[in-house]
Amino acid sequence: MIDAPSSTWFTSSPHWGWYIIAYFFLGGLAGGCYFLASLIDLAGRPEDRRLARLGYYVAFPLVLICGLLLTIDLGRPLRFWHMLIQRNTFEPMFKAWSPMSFGSWAVLVFGIFSFLSFLAALAEEDRPIYRGVRRLRFAWFQQLRPPSPLGTALAVIGGIAGYFLAGYTGILLAVTNRPIWADTPLLGLLFIVSAASSSAALLVLLAYRRGWTMPGVRNLLRMDDWVLAFEVVVVIAVIVSLGPVARAWLNVWGLLLAFTVVGGMIVPLVMSWRARTLTLSNVTTAATLVLVGGLLLRIVIVLSSEAI
Amino acid sequence: MAEPMGFYTDTTVCIGCKACEVACKEWNQLPSTAGGANTLSGDSYDNTRQLDGIHWRHVKFIEQFPEDRKDGRWLLMSDVCKHCVQAGCLEVCPTGAIIRTEFDTVVIQSNTCNGCRDCIAACPFGVIDINPVSNTAQKCTLCYDRMQAGMEPACSKACPTDSIQFGPIRELRERAEKRVAQLHDTGEKRAYLYGADEKMLGGLNSFYLLVDRPEVYGLPPDPKMPTRNLVPGSLYAVFGALIVGLAGIFSFRDRGASERVEGER
Repeated sequence: MIDAPSSTWFTSSPHWGWYIIAYFFLGGLAGGCYFLASLIDLAGRPEDRRLARLGYYVAFPLVLICGLLLTIDLGRPLRFWHMLIQRNTFEPMFKAWSPMSFGSWAVLVFGIFSFLSFLAALAEEDRPIYRGVRRLRFAWFQQLRPPSPLGTALAVIGGIAGYFLAGYTGILLAVTNRPIWADTPLLGLLFIVSAASSSAALLVLLAYRRGWTMPGVRNLLRMDDWVLAFEVVVVIAVIVSLGPVARAWLNVWGLLLAFTVVGGMIVPLVMSWRARTLTLSNVTTAATLVLVGGLLLRIVIVLSSEAI
Repeated sequence: MAEPMGFYTDTTVCIGCKACEVACKEWNQLPSTAGGANTLSGDSYDNTRQLDGIHWRHVKFIEQFPEDRKDGRWLLMSDVCKHCVQAGCLEVCPTGAIIRTEFDTVVIQSNTCNGCRDCIAACPFGVIDINPVSNTAQKCTLCYDRMQAGMEPACSKACPTDSIQFGPIRELRERAEKRVAQLHDTGEKRAYLYGADEKMLGGLNSFYLLVDRPEVYGLPPDPKMPTRNLVPGSLYAVFGALIVGLAGIFSFRDRGASERVEGER
């Protein structure tokens, strides 16, 4: 303690464990997939619409799981609604300066948007991917798909909400007094970039498994290359910004972080740049590595601080 | 609002009797650790170990002895929630469970807290933790119930040496400054006040007289508000969002869309 590199060493751990790590990862995927789906809807080609629908199909179930994870992680799960409604007055509970308060509303708002887009994607489907959801096909919801004005508005606002969900978790960690988390302002940036790379990888993986080869898939691959390269730069910036605090990673967590950067970012990048042909196997391997890297990154960030 | 009230703890007269710990546990009906099993920490006489959800007072024992043990001293300090004027826990609490009372103290309402644990990570002093009985975050209330009845908090009432003093902050500061001057006059030049002025989180409503660096007592030398990272963190995240958005738009432009088609399945 006497030689602590930062005042954050004098604090207690909030015991945020696997539920929260799973939420950070799945929330990033939910928000990121929705954002990418809306990007494909707004900037892609007509033949890419199936890929956009895939993004909406992923986002809604994942955000449902996120809500469940957050609730069961509470000490008193039945009081989850205290995040949104004041217990005494039943007025809305909202603190713009508290990332957890803002994030609780973001999960709710994004949940509503992703549900509407999920229904809209289903309504557009000739043959739903999953037979079980056929009953949820309501023709009216096709109006919620771009390029209709309502659908465009939904894609834009939902995409922003999804993006927020993907990135605020890093800011939630930074707005504490815990070692590593509060010693850099770059975790929100890192999480948003990581969510984008993981989500692009997930959509590419799912599309390739279905044998889809529309232009949007190749565009996602190209985008993921750029985002992964940026992610490597951001990880280096995080380490530099930590200064003497970075020595907290001179242990197994640092090794795991190095493994994450090499295996989950650099190797997929090299595979993508060196591959003359993108076969099913090398694309799925690279995408899987990126996804595992996204999860490992959150494990390192959360648990390396919890261990102090 | 009533006059701000708090604690002034003069660590130089603490004798490590732990009467404050016992009085706190007794009054607030806090449970024992591990069902009352007697487990020793091996760290001097400190078997309380830390402040947490069931320990709202913690007497620290710091042994400063050289190898030959010819000289040396004990540093004893009864630690507690600082009831910061700018309280990080209160600021981040998403349920509104943490409130500032009419006495300028900080209290967690157990019937509102849902155990999200954001306040634990936000506290710069590591004061708060989950009480395993209620499964909510808990800490010292500065005996809010006793104060409302015009009574002194249990710990300061029980302190046999007046190491823990309770009263209006203004009076406590005057008393503490006189004590520092007295110690300086008698040759103890190391004495100083920790958290008595507004420079530290707007002032600590539970401040200390120390005779060594804060780190030696397990106190942060430079405690900060958790929200210091909110604006810069958000701006960096927006910057990242813009870069990713640009990468997306660049990648989804028509040019290049037909690249790398060959060879795919």
